[in-house]
Amino acid sequence: MEKTIYELRDSNIRRTYLFLVIFSLILFGIGYFFVYEFNWGMNGILILGAIIILYNIITYVNSDKIALASVGARPADPGEYQILHNVVEEVAIAAGIPKPKVYIMNELQPNAFATGRNPNNASICVTTGLLSIMNRAELQGVVAHEMSHIRNYDIFLMTVIGIVAGLIIILRSVAFRGMWFGMGERRRDRDSGGGGGNIIAIIGLVLAIIAPLLVIIIRAAISRQREYLADATGAYIVRDPYGLASALKKIGDYKKPMRTATDATAHMFISNPFAGERLLATHPPIEERVKRLMSLTI
Amino acid sequence: MLTWVILIIAVVIIGWFMLTYNNFVNLRNRVKNSWAQIDVQLKRRYDLIPNLVETVKGYAKHEREVFEKITELRTRAMSSGTVKDIGESNNQLSTALKSLFAVAENYPELKANENFMKLQEELTNTENKIAFSRQFYNDIVMNYNAAQQRIPANIVAGMMNLKTEEYYPVDEAEKGPVKVQF
Repeated sequence: MEKTIYELRDSNIRRTYLFLVIFSLILFGIGYFFVYEFNWGMNGILILGAIIILYNIITYVNSDKIALASVGARPADPGEYQILHNVVEEVAIAAGIPKPKVYIMNELQPNAFATGRNPNNASICVTTGLLSIMNRAELQGVVAHEMSHIRNYDIFLMTVIGIVAGLIIILRSVAFRGMWFGMGERRRDRDSGGGGGNIIAIIGLVLAIIAPLLVIIIRAAISRQREYLADATGAYIVRDPYGLASALKKIGDYKKPMRTATDATAHMFISNPFAGERLLATHPPIEERVKRLMSLTI
Repeated sequence: MLTWVILIIAVVIIGWFMLTYNNFVNLRNRVKNSWAQIDVQLKRRYDLIPNLVETVKGYAKHEREVFEKITELRTRAMSSGTVKDIGESNNQLSTALKSLFAVAENYPELKANENFMKLQEELTNTENKIAFSRQFYNDIVMNYNAAQQRIPANIVAGMMNLKTEEYYPVDEAEKGPVKVQF
């Protein structure tokens, strides 16, 4: 048991770095295309390299802050949210890791996620909706689920993928806008050969194809198996599968989608923030998760 | 040639001895440290109980038996010496506190009292921390005790005059089989 957990952790760390390297290469490829097309020469390549290195450092160090900011999370006040702080502290003791930072999201849908690059730099974020409907045991179950994501380094992989996906989605919309803009330009002054508009159009199209593919990649990387495993590990950490099972049932009964979730961050949450079924679901069905939890012997 | 062989054997033995010795020192410190984690929580609990009893007394005067039992168990737990005694008296204390909170259910005014709610949360917090740190403590004690009994490390353990440590007892009430409900 223990060995597989360590193997899993190592493979998560490896995959995250691999993902960063591959994405850097793709970025470099796209950037090189520009450098070549506009004849920016050696300086262009150096600047491009510097930007990519900077980008990776920012992703590595600030990924959790970016993820938290993108969903509008704020630090939980220890006085106002004392029970939440207490529960996180207890479960951290049970999991044998330092207490993560605690964040709150103003959102009616009951949900939670964890982020960070390692257990020493981790954060747990829950929605106000979750706090209002869960009792202590259920809250403990949810926190334990997130704590196992932290301990397994799932958070590192999930957060980095989330940021890369977010960047691609932004690039895509920028390129799309550039495409329409470029087409207008071309119509107005046909003589001056607007090559830039064409290139942007091509990149826009490529990104439009990449973006949905990326969702599939995310789904493969954050497999449903990972959620089942986090459920089981969470139940094991606190020696209680019923809290989490009952919490999942309550989460499953809430059918309204979340306002702030996007394709880039959906996979980070404990349950699918869009509610309702989707073709490329990032999470296994709640009923199946509850069933598996109830069949555990702890 | 022979001197070299003897020298090498001596170096290997001394090296092994030092490693084993240090390993025991580390384990012993980890046992101490994990016990300290539990101890801090136990002390916090002892401090919280008189407050809780006073608060509940204001609303539920007739439940004297419960108060007396809790006060008595607290005194006994505080004066216990060995890990086993401390653990057992604290487990009894946990059960008694549960019955106190069950009693509180009958007094809606008490349940709504802010001070009571705060104390209840704090006690639940310490209770859970004790339960979770106990897990770690017992794991480390198991490693420590097993290391002392293994051959040939037991020779070093004997020279260091080490004793096996006691486990923190698990609450009998918690031990029962978990009932599954669908």
